[in-house]
Amino acid sequence: MSDADLTQKKRRTVWWLSFLVLGMFGFGFALVPLYDLLCQVTGIQSVNIRSTGSANAPYAANLKGVNESRFITIKFDASVHPNLPWEFAPVVRNLRVNPGKQYQVNFSAHNRSSSEVTGQAIPSVAPWQATGHLNKLECFCFNQQTLAGGESVEMPLRFMISPDLPKEISSLTLSYSLMKMEKPVVVQDKAKG
Amino acid sequence: MSYTTAINDDAHHHHNPTGWRRWLFSTNHKDIGTLYLLFALSMLFMGGASAMLIRAELFQPGIQLLDPDLYNNLVTNHALLMIFGAVMPAAAGLANWMIPLMIGAPDMALPRMNNLSFWILPAAGTMLILSFVVPFFPGGGSQINTGWTLYPPLSVQVGMSMDFLIFAIHLLGISSVLASINIIVTLLNMRAPGMTLMKMPMFCWTWLVTAFLLILVVPVLAGGVTMLLFDRHFGTSFFDAAGGGDPVLFQHLFWFFGHPEVYVLLLPSIGVLSHVIPTFSRKPLFGYKSMVGAMIAVATIGMVVWAHHQYTIGMSLGAVSYFMIGTIIISIPVGLMIFNFIATMWRGAMTFETPMLFAVAIIMMFTFGGLSGVMLAVVPADMQYHDSMFVVAHFHYVLMPGAVFGLFAGVFYWLPKWTGHMYDEKLAKIFFWVNVIGFNLTFFPQHFLGLAGMPRRIIDYNVMFTEFNVVSSIGAMIFGFSHLLLLYIVIKTIRGGEKATAQVWEGAKGLEWEVPSPPPFHTWETPPSIKQEQQ
Repeated sequence: MSDADLTQKKRRTVWWLSFLVLGMFGFGFALVPLYDLLCQVTGIQSVNIRSTGSANAPYAANLKGVNESRFITIKFDASVHPNLPWEFAPVVRNLRVNPGKQYQVNFSAHNRSSSEVTGQAIPSVAPWQATGHLNKLECFCFNQQTLAGGESVEMPLRFMISPDLPKEISSLTLSYSLMKMEKPVVVQDKAKG
Repeated sequence: MSYTTAINDDAHHHHNPTGWRRWLFSTNHKDIGTLYLLFALSMLFMGGASAMLIRAELFQPGIQLLDPDLYNNLVTNHALLMIFGAVMPAAAGLANWMIPLMIGAPDMALPRMNNLSFWILPAAGTMLILSFVVPFFPGGGSQINTGWTLYPPLSVQVGMSMDFLIFAIHLLGISSVLASINIIVTLLNMRAPGMTLMKMPMFCWTWLVTAFLLILVVPVLAGGVTMLLFDRHFGTSFFDAAGGGDPVLFQHLFWFFGHPEVYVLLLPSIGVLSHVIPTFSRKPLFGYKSMVGAMIAVATIGMVVWAHHQYTIGMSLGAVSYFMIGTIIISIPVGLMIFNFIATMWRGAMTFETPMLFAVAIIMMFTFGGLSGVMLAVVPADMQYHDSMFVVAHFHYVLMPGAVFGLFAGVFYWLPKWTGHMYDEKLAKIFFWVNVIGFNLTFFPQHFLGLAGMPRRIIDYNVMFTEFNVVSSIGAMIFGFSHLLLLYIVIKTIRGGEKATAQVWEGAKGLEWEVPSPPPFHTWETPPSIKQEQQ
């Protein structure tokens, strides 16, 4: 094999390996949209799925009617990110509910600082298997919340637990993490579901 | 077994720079290999020092020496220095030294890129050390208390030291991708005439697979930490839940790299074992083809089981079952490799020089680590073991024998070839025993600590865990200081000693043993021709 041939062969190998490297770098970024897709297919509870509620429509569950004989304890929990100068807590911490019935609870929020601050609540449900069965009809977590300095508000949450909730679950916790939005995004509207 | 040996000792028509220029501008695979190994050795001591500080702190319950953030920064540093600073460069050093000698090539395919991929490393190492040093200065921000996994949201909140670390990871990634490209190009194009892929020495095969793994996964990590950088400074929210991102996405990106990385660390050592065991058993390697197949199987399956590091994030039953079964399946090809090694030793005329001692120790202790790995792969059990000291014990049992002892075996095996002197066998055996006993004393009690519920990455612990932690810390000091003996043996061997023959070991076979010890500056300028099947 002549030197020129060898150089040619080496060059070809280097080229396709370089494309492989670039391709994998791109794949890393492609995972961002792919991840949400994958979560929906495999049932991993991504934040997006959790905050927009479940895919199954509440109306379908409504048709099954209220199950008066079954009681589920739902606990509310809230935590505030350290950089957000808010107080935030559920007004009611425990509630015994019937599946299929609509309830409304309030969360109270208070801006301790003197300037306007925007926050975003991210929900999560434990046990996670119940996530798809907790239908939020109206939730402050669907939108960002802006509070003027010193302002206090009560933020409503209307929800219904689907009668399809697995039998072994008798108690669930809905927990909100409240985070500060450094630069409030206008386009990001989470009220899709 | 016969080769037409053609060693050209005419280094005269090449201009060889001397002094520091020889190293800084080097394009010679042997010099660059030496540089890689020396860099790895220095990082081994730095990573080891952070580990010793960790164990000194854990000697007793309560907080004695360090504060919690500093402790966690040391945990981060220990992992990154050992993985990216010590093990990967050491393996790359062995590859640089041995691959051209083994395949009968005059040098690596891309010598200038080889120089670049090494000299990026000291820069990256400096960035890594700066990330540790910066918080000690006023305005330096907080320490990196995330561990090497760098999970957001914590990693988004850490001070500017995280930016140093992100760029260090970028540089380390570029270095290892360049080295991998170089190795693949060399192996695919520069083998001696007659050496088909399936006649290639096993060490070359393991590096071919390792290099492909690196090329496939390192860019994904680079993408992940780039997103982290953007989240920190440019207002994106890839991982910021408030802006519609998901912190768990980072875990997927990280472990998509992180799990194959385990095999990146392991495979070169498997390659070393595939030479050491046949040499000292005086038998050819049992099941060459099945070894190659098993290795490719491990690498392929290893690419698609990363989420077993994240069972607790709340995946569906289907998803965790898939990751569990996939993970357990990996133990089949790995088991096959182990059985091949045992079959190689079976009825061989075995002698136990230091490389062979390490090899036998690896087979026993790596298998043990593999077994606790199967325990961790089982989802319901892992829910309890997750983030406990059991995990720490498990991965040290896999990575110390699987990666580091394999490199030690390789260093002792090839040191006479590199330096032309035999190392001090008596001292080396003392090093082996102190090292292995120290290792087991350190990490075996951590299994019990983990099962009893001691969490990892926490500076303090419950008083009930004291006894095992004392044993573990004493073991760690023995283990840590034993490496000074390694340093002494290596320096002593470089400076002099009994002259080594070209073949060095009685049972050694392969092209690298055809050149004199130490090999001249240029070797195989006329490629040898392979007349008979190797091994």
